[in-house]
Amino acid sequence: MSDNLLNIKNVSKEYYGNKVLKNINIELKKGEIHALIGENGAGKSTLMNILFGMPVIHSTGGFEGKIEIEDKEVNIKTPHEAMDYGIGMVHQEFMLIPGFTIAENIKLNREITNPNIVSKVFGKRYETLDYKKMNEDARKALDTLDMDIDEFTTVAGLPIGHMQFIEIAREIDKTGIKILVFDEPTAVLAESEAKNLLKAMKKLASTGIGIIFISHRLDEIIDVADKVTVLRDGEHVATKDIKDTSAIEIAQLMIGRKVSIDRSESAERKTTDETILSIKDLHVAMPGERVMGIDLEVKKGEILGIGGLAGQGKLGIANGLMGIYPAKGEIIFNGNKLELNNPKGSIKAGIGFVSEDRKGIGLLLEESIELNIAFTAMQINNEFLTDLGLLKLKNSGKIRKHALEMIKDLDIRCTSPSQKTGRLSGGNQQKVCVARALTQNPILLFVSEPTRGIDIGAKKLVLDLLLQLNQEYGMTVIMTSSELAELRSICDKIAIICEGKVEGILSPLASDAEFGLMMSGSSKLADERSGS
Amino acid sequence: MTEIKENRNGFKDIVTKIGLPTLIIAAFWILTLVTAAFLDMSISTLLSDTIKRAGMNGILVLAMVPSIQSGTGPNFALPVGIVCGLLALVISIELGFVGIAWLLVSIALAIPIAVLAGYFYGKLLNAVKGSEMTIATYTGFSIVAFMCLIWLMVPFKNPKMGWFIGKGLRETIQLDSVGGAQLLNNFLEFKIGGVIIPTGLILVFLFFCLLMWLFTKSKTGLAITAGGMNPKFSIATGLDINKNRIIANIVSTVLAAIGIIVYSQSYGYAQLYNGPLMMAFSAVAAVLIGGATASRAKVSNVIIGVVLFQGLLTTALPVANEIFVGTDLSEIMRMVIQNGIILYALTQVKGGDK
Amino acid sequence: MDNVTGERLKVKRDSSWILDNIVTIIFVVFIVFGFIVSRGVSVNFFLNELTSRIFRNSFLVLSLIIPVLAGLGLNFGIVIGAMAGQIAIAIVRYFGLGGMSNLLLCFAIAFPFAALFGYFAGLLYNKTRGQEMIAGLIVGYFANGIYQFLFLFTVGKIIKVNPTHPMINPSGIGIRMTVDLVPVAEGGLKYALDNIAKIPFMWAVLIVAVSILALIIVKNLKSKNTKKDLMFFVNIALCILMIGISVFAIATNNSLMLVNEVPVVTALLIVALCVFNELIIKTKLGQDFRSVGQNQHIAEVQGINVDRTRIIATIMSTVLAAWGQIIFLQNMGTLNTYNAHTQIGMFSVASLLVGGASTSKANIKHAMIGTILFNAMFIMSPEIGQAMFGNALLGEYFRTFMVYGVIGLALGLYVWRQNKKLVNKLDE
Repeated sequence: MSDNLLNIKNVSKEYYGNKVLKNINIELKKGEIHALIGENGAGKSTLMNILFGMPVIHSTGGFEGKIEIEDKEVNIKTPHEAMDYGIGMVHQEFMLIPGFTIAENIKLNREITNPNIVSKVFGKRYETLDYKKMNEDARKALDTLDMDIDEFTTVAGLPIGHMQFIEIAREIDKTGIKILVFDEPTAVLAESEAKNLLKAMKKLASTGIGIIFISHRLDEIIDVADKVTVLRDGEHVATKDIKDTSAIEIAQLMIGRKVSIDRSESAERKTTDETILSIKDLHVAMPGERVMGIDLEVKKGEILGIGGLAGQGKLGIANGLMGIYPAKGEIIFNGNKLELNNPKGSIKAGIGFVSEDRKGIGLLLEESIELNIAFTAMQINNEFLTDLGLLKLKNSGKIRKHALEMIKDLDIRCTSPSQKTGRLSGGNQQKVCVARALTQNPILLFVSEPTRGIDIGAKKLVLDLLLQLNQEYGMTVIMTSSELAELRSICDKIAIICEGKVEGILSPLASDAEFGLMMSGSSKLADERSGS
Repeated sequence: MTEIKENRNGFKDIVTKIGLPTLIIAAFWILTLVTAAFLDMSISTLLSDTIKRAGMNGILVLAMVPSIQSGTGPNFALPVGIVCGLLALVISIELGFVGIAWLLVSIALAIPIAVLAGYFYGKLLNAVKGSEMTIATYTGFSIVAFMCLIWLMVPFKNPKMGWFIGKGLRETIQLDSVGGAQLLNNFLEFKIGGVIIPTGLILVFLFFCLLMWLFTKSKTGLAITAGGMNPKFSIATGLDINKNRIIANIVSTVLAAIGIIVYSQSYGYAQLYNGPLMMAFSAVAAVLIGGATASRAKVSNVIIGVVLFQGLLTTALPVANEIFVGTDLSEIMRMVIQNGIILYALTQVKGGDK
Repeated sequence: MDNVTGERLKVKRDSSWILDNIVTIIFVVFIVFGFIVSRGVSVNFFLNELTSRIFRNSFLVLSLIIPVLAGLGLNFGIVIGAMAGQIAIAIVRYFGLGGMSNLLLCFAIAFPFAALFGYFAGLLYNKTRGQEMIAGLIVGYFANGIYQFLFLFTVGKIIKVNPTHPMINPSGIGIRMTVDLVPVAEGGLKYALDNIAKIPFMWAVLIVAVSILALIIVKNLKSKNTKKDLMFFVNIALCILMIGISVFAIATNNSLMLVNEVPVVTALLIVALCVFNELIIKTKLGQDFRSVGQNQHIAEVQGINVDRTRIIATIMSTVLAAWGQIIFLQNMGTLNTYNAHTQIGMFSVASLLVGGASTSKANIKHAMIGTILFNAMFIMSPEIGQAMFGNALLGEYFRTFMVYGVIGLALGLYVWRQNKKLVNKLDE
């Protein structure tokens, strides 16, 4: 009989024939803090979905392997059952109702009630709330976390750090909580708040609760965790005791080499010293991808990669410059100051943008390929129009001719130029987006997540296309991607964004450890290493 | 075996392409027509009435297209445009115009008034994004009630429209008195096998359909459509969505204003006061029956919808009266069909996430 | 409810008071203006009209509160509840039943109808999330068609009835346009509730003022918050003033004592509904209403069955509206078979909004203040038209304008401010 709280044994999971988890084994002991780290898509969230019995797992055929709680095999089918087994989760986005008091939030849907005359006839839902007992329970939970805030305060307007603690208080208020999962809990917190949170985690662990700590911050993991498990591409790379490892090793394990990078290093790369885009202190309020003060210089004719983990702000840069989300900062483009928050201005200045949200922002799914390709140029540059004086009619002939050219040049597979873009495959949709951006004759092209949701063959085509644009037409390309491998295959240099700032700029040939450390915001550690 | 399957698929495709509501109403209409034939009623009279009523309601239904395309939903505030048209119409009478001059002056006056009203209405809609339909409905209601005050207080002197005693305008103004009744209908009117074709009316309706169709193919029209279909796309493309929504609602309001003038001349009367109150709903229902949704509408939807809806209503009235003597079943049917189709469309509106 | 009001005060303090209460202010100004210009209106006439209207309409207005709590907005669909009430009354009257006990029978018969209608409306609202208000309005129109079909056609054609019954059209098919509910003394339903017990108006004012005063003081003693704001003293002063006036009137037996007597049982039912609304909030179900109302997504994640909760709220509102309509009709004394229900959705919503409620917040205070102000406007409007322009019709049109305008203005302002808040949030 071990004293393991939780055993995850040989767990594998397939989504439609696509293996996303392969033989994962994790043990969690009482009072242990077990860190879980991995890039986006490494399988962390799938694993947690299995642990919580989320419907998405069971509606796609369940999983292989075993989950044991206190050495007894369990079959968790719903989040509610997970709760009954004593598993709790502190969500990244707060599940708090602002208009309610702290106590009401802690007791949300677990309210304490007393029977009354009506409820005896009509049932439990008509029982009266016992605010006094609810407040007492809330107080107890808050005290465990050393929070000296009144339990009857309304949540609206509290600092974010407090809200995080209320979420935790809700979990520990649940009776028989044994295992607590923290999903990137410090991502939204200020430094001092994060420190408090880590302290609270240690305290909770000392009371015997087992904690799974999902984080990308290596320093925090080193600081509080007892063990760390690294996942990569759904595989269990390693589990190590913290005392036996280092940040550098973890970073290396996290990145690894996925595929051999077939980088055809051509000698005739014509980058210049001329700066085409200079970004100073850029802030972008893009939800989930906040940019908080970025400085970046882009040389004419180069392919610049922007990488980093999800939610760190790398996608915010292009969206901010294109005026899609509110932005501020100082931008010099092509020798002129670029006015922010003005999409039309950015397009007119000669910046093209292929959005990461292909279906949401990139395309009019119910319109034809030809109209999608011509649309921006028509609206902004008044091309493809027949002027009737009062009305400017679209010139179908010109549009068709141009579309046919583009379809040929970019090899868009379609039945005809009038096919609706919603019916195309992901790769061909992406090409339509690129075609539209090219139709604007841009000087600089932003391409975000160009290969997301496209099959492998098409990925290569899209990347080759970008390379070709750059080499043949001298177009400057800024490519943002979550896939480090693809950035490393075509970019001249790669800026890594962490927590809304540029953590550093690396050569595509830099080592895995360097990339890993930068992506987890630990470039200090890298400096220390090179210093020693 | 396989053939049957294919057939079924084919049938399904047709249903999804034309739209279930359209098919149901069409089938229903044909059914009433067949019943009418069995009851020995004059089919040609029924068809004449259908054509006439489709023509007179057509432009009002057409007003739904720009507002739906722009993403503000069906123009439930149609009465805003309608009262503009009515105002122009009575001013034109007051100024002493008669006949075709009266009609042209009415339309000429209606346009600037409606542009102004549509501008402010568009501004209002931009302020209440997300609840356009509810607010539009009450804007329409309020404006009708407000105009009741105006009709009652306006110091017009022309005896053709005043009460016999007291101030203010009459509830219904006979357009006969200014030579305005059926002006368009009578233009080049002819008969085919007993069916009367009001050529002028139909031509005017089709002319506006053509204009609208051209507008949807223009730079502005395409920008409006894109804004309605995918606002994020439009922002990324550098379009001014708010401006386009205002333009769309100006166009819609102007069409409503012209629409009521054409409607009134065909009807022979101009109905003031609470006349326009519920007019938006039947226009909304018509375009939906034609296969539009709360977020997409085409000119073809208008033509199909107005013919089917008005056809059903005109045919059902005498048929119902024949079967259920002394009752008003057709009014009940109108209520159920009209509001049923709007409810159906509302359940199809996206953005109802939790 | 303390809690809800408490939140409201706290959050709102920082925003503009005038904009918050603009609708209420407009109405108060209008009514005061009416009194100034139209000297013809006697206080007694005004109070007679006002009291009978308040007792008639309050129940309906109060039936709107629960859906607002549950985040459904203003339930224009209470029209279908009213129809259920009228179906019940028609059935009871067809069999010639009357009196207090059979009024209770009306309530009982209306219940299953209203619950069923409410269930369907709830399903519809769940399908039209975010557009509940327009859906509620349209569903009223839609149901009206079916209601007319039921009353005009099926009665006599499918449902066998006695063709010579006074309720039935001479043709033997359909129910007449107006149905006399017949006074209780003659075995009918008219005033079945109102006439059980009556007390003089001034005594009623005295009782209400004393109870409100007591309520305010008790509440204040209970809450730990020792800081008293201005409104607290204003409310106390108003109560004392009302007590003073009523005591004076009773003691001197002046003209105010001539105002019609008020129905005690109806009043008690209204109070009971107020208490019900207060108590339901303090139950688990009420807490679920509030959770769902504030954020459906979070409520769902925490395991509350959002759709079911919303349907329950709609059913409750519909049933209460059915009962409200029965109370309304027993006071009117006649059933306008095809018109009595059509306007009550809009009038009740307008009343609630005038009291200061919005799409997302409504309480008893809003309902009661709103009912008083709205009906006062209704009485004064033709008088103003007469006094200002010598035309009572103008006043009536103006009244309609106020109803629509108030709904449009209140809803529009709410959405506008909500959108502005969203933009500000993004700017942060």
